[in-house]
This record gives sequence, structure tokens and C-alpha cells, in this order.
Amino acid sequence: MKVTSTIERLRGRWDRVGRTARRVTAAGGALVLVGGGGLVWGLAAGGDAPVRTLQQRIQVMDGPKDDQRVTLDTTFYRPVGGGKGPAVLLGHGFGGSKDDVRAEAEELAREGYAVLAWSARGFGKSTGEIALNSPDYEVKDVRQLIDWLAKRPEVQLDGPGDPRVGMAGESYGGAIALLTAGHDKRVDAIAPQITWNDLADALFPNATGEGADKGVFKKLWAGIFFSSGMGEGPAAQENACGRFMPAVCDMYQEIAETGRPTPAAIEMLKRSSPAAVAGQIKVPSLIVQGQSDSLFPLDHGDANARAIARNGAPVSVVWFQGGHDGGDPETGRVRGLVRDWFDRYLERKAPSGGADDGFTVTRAGGIDSSTQSVVIEAAGTRTYPGLASGTRTLALTGREQTIHNPAGGSPASISALPGLGALGNLGDLGGAGLTSQLPVDMPGQSATFDTAALAQPVQLTGAATVRIKVTGKGDIPLFAKLYDVAPGGASPARRLAAPLRVEKADTGREVTVTLPAMDYRFDRGHRLRLVVATTDMGFATPPQPASFKVAAVSGLTVPAVPSLHTTAAPLPAWVWILPGVALAVAAGILVTGRGRRGRGRAGLLGSAETFDPARAGVPLQITGLTKAYKNGHLAVDDLSFSVEKGQVLGLLGPNGAGKTTTLRMLMGLIHPDAGEIRIFGRRVTPGAPVLSRLGSFVEGPGFLPHLSGRDNLDLYWRATGRPAEEAHLDEALKIADLGAALDRAVRTYSQGMRQRLAIAQAMLGLPDLLVLDEPTNGLDPPQIREMRDVLIRYAAEGRTVIVSSHLLSEVEMTCTHAVVMSRGRRVAAGPVAEIVGSGRRLEDAFLEIISAGNGSGVEGTAKVAGNGKGEA
Amino acid sequence: MSTTTPLNGRQAAAAPETGPGYDVRRTLPLRVEIVRQFRRRRTLVAFGILLVLPWILVAAFKIGGDPGPDGIPSLVDVATSSALNFALFALFVSVGFLLVVAVALFCGDTVASEAGWSSLRYLLAAPVPRARLLRQKLVVALGYAAVAVVSLPLMSLVAGTVAFGWGSVELPTGGSVPVSTALGRMGIIVGYALISQLVVAALAFLLSVTTDSPLGAVGGAVGLVIVSNILDAVTALGDWRDFLPTHWMYSWMDALQPEIQWTGMAKGTAISMAYALILFALAFRRFRTRDVVS
Repeated sequence: MKVTSTIERLRGRWDRVGRTARRVTAAGGALVLVGGGGLVWGLAAGGDAPVRTLQQRIQVMDGPKDDQRVTLDTTFYRPVGGGKGPAVLLGHGFGGSKDDVRAEAEELAREGYAVLAWSARGFGKSTGEIALNSPDYEVKDVRQLIDWLAKRPEVQLDGPGDPRVGMAGESYGGAIALLTAGHDKRVDAIAPQITWNDLADALFPNATGEGADKGVFKKLWAGIFFSSGMGEGPAAQENACGRFMPAVCDMYQEIAETGRPTPAAIEMLKRSSPAAVAGQIKVPSLIVQGQSDSLFPLDHGDANARAIARNGAPVSVVWFQGGHDGGDPETGRVRGLVRDWFDRYLERKAPSGGADDGFTVTRAGGIDSSTQSVVIEAAGTRTYPGLASGTRTLALTGREQTIHNPAGGSPASISALPGLGALGNLGDLGGAGLTSQLPVDMPGQSATFDTAALAQPVQLTGAATVRIKVTGKGDIPLFAKLYDVAPGGASPARRLAAPLRVEKADTGREVTVTLPAMDYRFDRGHRLRLVVATTDMGFATPPQPASFKVAAVSGLTVPAVPSLHTTAAPLPAWVWILPGVALAVAAGILVTGRGRRGRGRAGLLGSAETFDPARAGVPLQITGLTKAYKNGHLAVDDLSFSVEKGQVLGLLGPNGAGKTTTLRMLMGLIHPDAGEIRIFGRRVTPGAPVLSRLGSFVEGPGFLPHLSGRDNLDLYWRATGRPAEEAHLDEALKIADLGAALDRAVRTYSQGMRQRLAIAQAMLGLPDLLVLDEPTNGLDPPQIREMRDVLIRYAAEGRTVIVSSHLLSEVEMTCTHAVVMSRGRRVAAGPVAEIVGSGRRLEDAFLEIISAGNGSGVEGTAKVAGNGKGEA
Repeated sequence: MSTTTPLNGRQAAAAPETGPGYDVRRTLPLRVEIVRQFRRRRTLVAFGILLVLPWILVAAFKIGGDPGPDGIPSLVDVATSSALNFALFALFVSVGFLLVVAVALFCGDTVASEAGWSSLRYLLAAPVPRARLLRQKLVVALGYAAVAVVSLPLMSLVAGTVAFGWGSVELPTGGSVPVSTALGRMGIIVGYALISQLVVAALAFLLSVTTDSPLGAVGGAVGLVIVSNILDAVTALGDWRDFLPTHWMYSWMDALQPEIQWTGMAKGTAISMAYALILFALAFRRFRTRDVVS
């Protein structure tokens, strides 16, 4: 189902590793000496309003003694719409340049911000060497960029030389925002993303809390991080340090070689860390941290947030799906949050989204079955609760276990790897089947401790802790992880490992381990599993083979934030609009198209027209009736005649004379093009109530073949809605004369039986006007005679019968009156005796009339009109 | 035949508009139409297939053994875990075609077959006003279609309980849903399946009033589903596929995730309702002005 797309996304992730790593960038600055360099105004083409930009090289002075001249490559995005706006400084990731943030810069410029993007020293076209966001170098550079901003006419000022300015950026660019805010009071708000709190802790994490000097070297990420600062081209070729400052390069090479930190290295890394200036960051801060981030995990964001909150500044924390490992970057959501933050704290507007949550976590809510993409939902709560709120302890089972470090440290467990972040999403959805297919732990290298199966789902938000006892010789790096054990198998809950180092544990030593911070749902029936492994591919582990014993001495303390509330993603507008539009269109379809034929079809409205009391006693009156079929054939042409009570009218004419068409119009089945039909003075329209006084049998019987004759009559009568006692069923059945066959299915009937049943149906309710089309077809002579008597008797009771027939003798014997039609016209009408004349047979008269009519239609009509006294 | 009302009496009456006891609101009552349709072989065969299919599936699983995961998680992997799982699987395999045919059959056959038997003209001359005839037939046809769609999962629950026992639902992606929740989810799923078939019903109904051939109406509606599915496979159409009538037909599977995803079902409902409204309106308009010549 979803495997293909997952793999594709995964592949995409791998392709992006390089780029991801590059995010870790910096910026620098010192005094703006000269606004020199190439001064180019340009237009950045965007989908929306064009953003005018200014490309400029700004010279700054930095270094411990402010004596090193560096040229920074910058792009200034003027606020769209003119006027003054607050400024935003956008930093880029490690290995990137100012061009990486163009899209975001343009979006902000369109919102009225003056945005300055710059390539940090040592990156892009800026000169200088990478000093890792050092207060002596990069921070000084940025302070001079703020000076520069203060002189721009587009930038709003809080005071002389003090622009209203915010800073944002990812990773390296986020750290410089924090560091600058700690060193320069002019910064008014910051939005650092996926960045570090303490670079030493990031590269030498230690989950026992004993500090970076005993941490485990995060070798894979450190290597990627540093190599992405090497740059390309001649510098990278010339020396192994690329564009790094020699001191930084030496430090890295030393720690990477030994896998252990030196005090000097830790000192240098700490100087480049927001943690060093945490007490001075007093501006509103939006801390965005990635859930798929093993380089700067969530606890770095937590440390930044708590430090700034301690200073009394507003802090909001966002955990999104992406991060350095990959995963969904949620670009739109994150940029929207950053914009809202600046709107609120730089423009002092109310946030547009109305979301003033102190803590937002995005969660994979499921898979959209139509796009096969993971649906990300945001859950929020008012205040940031930290990593250890609402804890409870789940008992762990599992004996003390012995685990081994393989010689050479290989093969190693795999937890977090750059690019594997995409899998975190699926794990969140319970995609255990997928993630467990990747090798995770090697045999004999890990100890496992399980909780009981959960009676209720557990949403873990924060960092779980556990106390373990380790026994073994030497210096032991271990990796603690949390797994989600479904009935079908175990898989990592987020692919993150918490490394720890235990020393002096020859006789056993207990340590408290803080597991990786995460937001993860463990389903009902699942278990939580603590895994303690000896190796991890992302970290430096000793090559010496060794064995240790590990035991869990406490339960697993699990934090939760039950106040997190998910607001569903809004549906696209068309979901609501489309049915409404369809309803309107449907109404339009029904309302229009009434007019074309429909004067009289308004039914009871216009009753003066639909009912003519003067003719209430006339069973049938047809006036000027005309009907042309779609192919142009004129089936009925200006036909007029009327029938009086007590008459049996024969409708005569050769095939195609228009008899059946006339009868169909009489039943309201087809619409006349002109003229009208009135039954008892009421105009006939489709479904006109007066049709209930008409009984009809036209063009053959129509029955439900699967029902018996009796059921057919019964259901037909019930379909008319009239009371059963009005049906006179017995009389009708007598006419049908079906005997026992009445209870057989109609499909077994002969033609004559159906015919009789149909006539019986027409006579149900003893209608005042009975219309029969070829009633004697398929009847045998006695039945024909019987039928003739029935019709004569029926009319004699004051009702009216219309019979159309080919059998002239029948008409002659049955009918009192006749109307002769030919080619849609009436060619003769009157009492049968009159039409026949004395001493002639009807057949002769008929043939004569027809031939006269055919010879000259106009003449024929005139002739009929001449002797048309029969038209009463 | 005997005399009923004396001629004089009838003349004295003030020309009644209707035959005695006629009331337009009582014409073609629903229960009459239900009886008219029910005893048809077609109806019984359709229900027969829907009610037997679960047992055939049970037999298939018993003969073939439990399905094993083949790398791609799907409902068939967990079909035999419980009665509810089995019902979901039965729904999954039938929703794309069998239920479409069933719905198209009930809605496409209803008017066209009457035209084919010529009984339509006698109903119209009874007279049952055209809009009312259509409305009553539509209600009954939709009712039969709904019963058909519901009967399959219900019978599957029965067959599944007999064969695989009653228990919580195993989700193909891992995890399980307790019975109490699962029954509610099942209700949502069946409800959505009904709504998503509305577009098929509407098209079949429109074709039914347009043609005199019941098979043409049913086949036309099924054909639309096939064409729509083919277009849906053309991924180059991008977002346009969202507006294909069958694009969201399987969105009920979103109710099988740990957290129900409503987006797909909401979109599918909007699409199905929108198409259905317009098609039904066209059907009524068409029938209102049509010359009934069959």
C-alpha cells in the first residue's frame, strides 16, 4: 500500500542529506566600514508582488581586537508597499549561503518587513574564516549588520542607531540569532530553528547528565557538520581545513581523531553556544526544534527555552516533524509561525492564526488514503511544560543482562542516521512492519527491559528517565533507546539514541539515564521497551571487545502533556462550497425548462384556464391538436373532435394515421405541440388529476411479468391511491375471465390473456371515460362478442367509450359514432350511420374517405368540415 | 357487469375533477413500490449474491489458509483475525465493483424496466404525477441499494463470527482497535460507503429515465465508474483527479487508522453529493418534459 511512496520519500531524504547538513550556517559581522562592493538593485521575481532587492557587500571589522576586515555578501529585501518596516535578519545553515533563505525573505518582505540576508564569514561569497558563531567574530559581524540596518530608510527605528529588528534562521543561522540576542540589546525578537543550546553537549552528549567532558562523540554527524564547512573549490583542495579558522580546525581534528573531548575543545565549543549567554537573552523567542533531529535534539530547544523563560521573556516552543535527520520540513507551517511571531513582537499585531500556544507539537495523524501522504496535525497547549511534566512510572521487567561490545565496534546498532528521519513518521503511525525491516540492534549487543502491555494508550511527550545499574570494567559507552513493542514486533519509537558513559563500574554503578525527548504515542496493548546497546553507528565506540552487565533498577518514568489539544487541519473551501453550488445548479436545472411547453402544466394554478365549467359535461373534447415528432413527421395535424356521454366512439384510420399518438396525448404521456385536450372540461396535462376519470388500454398491455395477474391488478389499483372498494375488482376480473391463471405470473400468459387482463385493468374503478386501443386483438370470437356487449352496456350506463380499431366490422357493430383519421388529420366524423350512408358497408365508406383524404388533404378536410355535423 | 352510479346522479354532481377517492398524495405509496420491486428475480439474485459472498470468502480462507503478510500491509493480511476484520475485508473487495453494480442495478433498473414492460404509461395515466412517480421510485431504489450495501458487511459479520470469532480489529499497519470503538468505526465506514455510492445511484437513475433499456442504464453507470477509475490512474492529472467521482471511493479506509482521518471522507462526501444533486436534478427535469413513447 504505502511502501513504494515511503521508499521514494526515503530516497529523496538521502539525496538531501548534503543539503540538510548545509543548513548549519553562520553569519558574522563587525563594524560596517564601507558600504562598498557591487551595489546592485534587482527585482526578485516571485509569484506574487515583486520584491525589490539590494545586493551589497558590506565590510565589517571583527576579531578579539576588532582589527580583522571581512567583506560580507548580503541581500537586502525592501519591504513591499514602501514605507518603513521592522527588519528581520535571516541567517543560513552551515555550509549554505544567503541564497538559501531567499524564498522566506521574499515572503517576509511581502508582509512589510525589511529583510537582510547575509552569507556568514567563511561561507558563500563572504570572506573570512569560519569561527563557529564565535562572539569575537560572527557575533560582531552581525552587530555591524544591525548598525547598517539602522541607517536604512526602510527600517523602523526604536531609537537612534537601534532598528526594530528580529532574527531567524535554521541551525547555524538559528544559533547566531540566539547569540546575537545575548550580546546585543537591539535585537527585539528571535525565532531560532533546529539549533543548539550547547555545542559541546551536542557533539559529546551524555544522558547521565555528567557533562560533555564524559560524553560520547557523535562522530557521524560531527563529520558531516565539519566537512560541510570545508567549502568547494581551491580552498578545500589546498588544505585539510578548508575555510575553517585554524584553531577551530585543529580542535575538530583532535577530537575526531581520539573520539574524546579536550578541555580546550569543550571551552571553545561552549563559547560558541547560546548556553554561554543564556542569562542575557531577554527577548521574545520562538524556539522551533525538530523531532527528527539527532544532531541538535529536542533537549537543546528545551534548554534554550527554559533559559530564556527564566529571564522573563515570552517563549514559545514548537516541535515539528523534520530536523537534521530529515522528515517532513513542514516549511509552510514553520514559516507561518515565524511570521506570526514577528507580527506579534515586531509589528505588535495580534497573531493572525490566533494561536498563542506556548507549546506546539506536530504529529503524524494518519495517512491520507487518496494522496498516500502522511497527514500532519498540530497539537498545542498554553504553556511550555518542559520535558518532564506529568510523569508517571511504569514498572520494567527484565533480569540483569550481559551485553558485549564487538571488537572494532562493528557491526554497530543503527538508530538515528541522517536521512532516516522520514521513518520516524511511520513509526508514529504504528508502521512497525516497515521500520522493523531495517536492522536495528545486533545480536548480543543490547539489553531489553519491557513494561507491561498498556491498558490505555500512552502519549509520551518529553524525555523519559530510568535508573540502571551497569557493571563492567573500563569506560563504558552505552546507548539507551525506547522501543514500541506491538503484538506483531518491536520498532524504535523515534530513531533516537541517548548515549551515556559509565566509568568506574567494576563493582557496579547506578546512573540515571534521560532517554531521548520525543512525542510518541504507544497504543493500547503495546509495551514500552528500554533498550541499552553497546554500539551505535552514529557514535564513536571503543574497539576493544568487552562485556558488561546491565540491570534496570527503577521503573520507566514517562512524561506526558495531556493538555495538548489537536486542532484538525481545516478542509479546503471547496468541500463546503461544492455541494452548495451543486444544490444551486440542481435548483436551477429544476426551475428552468418548465416554461418551454408548460403553460398548462402549472396544474392547479391558472385553474380558470385548466377548467372550463361550460364543458364539464363533455367527456372529451379535442381542439386543434397537433404533434410533430422530433424527426419532423407530423403525426397529428390540427385534430378536433368531441365525444358525448353515452357514446361509443370508434377511432378509425390506417396505420400511421395518428390514432395512437392522439390516445397517448389523451393519457398525458406525450406533449402536444399545439391545441388542447379536455376531459370533462379539464385540460389534460401529464399527471392531471382528471386522468383518474379515464381508464385506458393503449398499445398493448403493460404488466410486471414476475407478478400474477391478480397481484398486478391489485398493485395497480393501490398505485392509484384510491380506496379498494372503488376498484370493482370483481367486475373487472369477470371481464378478464382468466380463471385459475389469475394467480400465475403474467409472463406465462398468452397474448389474449394479457389483452383481457389489460382491458380489465382499464375498467378498474369503472372510469367515466374508457379508451381502448384495438381491444379485440388476440381474442377469440366468443370473447369478441362478449367484449362488444360489455362496451355497449358500459356506454349505456352513461359512460363513454372510445375504441380505436382496424376491424371495421367491429366498429360498425359496436360504435355509435366514429372519427376517421388519415395522416394525422380528421377526415370524417359523425354517427356511424351517417358516415356509412344508407346501404353501404363501413368498409366501403372508409376506403372512399381515406382515398379522398389522401388525394388532397386540404380538400378532404374541407369536405369533412362540410359534413362535420357529427361534431357535437 | 352491473350498473353503479345512476346517470342522473352523476350529471347532477358538480363535475368532479377526479375519480372517486383519488388523492394525488396517496398515489404510488412506498410500500406498493417496495412490493412491486421485491419479487423480481433480479432483486432476489442481487441480494442472494451479496449474502452468499461472505460465506464463499470464508470457504476460500478456510481452503487457502490464513493470509500472510507479503510486505505490503493490506486488509487481506488481517482478514481472518476477527469477524470485524473479515467484514472490513469483504467490504474492501466489493466496494469497487460489486456494490457499484448492486447500486446501479437498483437505481438504474427502476424506471427503465417499467418503460420496458410498458407498465410505466399506465402508472402515469393512473395518474401518478411524474415528479411523484420519480420521487417514490427513487426513494425505494435508494432504499434497496442501501440495504444491499449494508447487508454485505452484516452477513460478513455473521459469517466472520462463525468462522473466525469475535474480537477486536487488527489494523493492517499494526495496532488494534477494541470492539466497542470498532463497531462505531464500522458504522462510519458503511455510512461513508453509502454516501460514496450516491453518485453511482444518481447516474444510474438519470440513465434510467433516459433510456428504456434497464441494462443500458445499469451498464452506463458501471461504465462511468470504470472510466473514472481509469482516469484516476493517470497521475499526470494531478489535483484534477480529486474531482473524479470515484477518487474518494476508498476513503473509508481512513477510519481504520489509529486516529480517524476525516479529510478524505469529507472531500469524498462533498464530491459525491455534488454530482448526485446535479444528476438527480437532471433526471427529474428530463422525465418531466419527456415524451413517454414506450
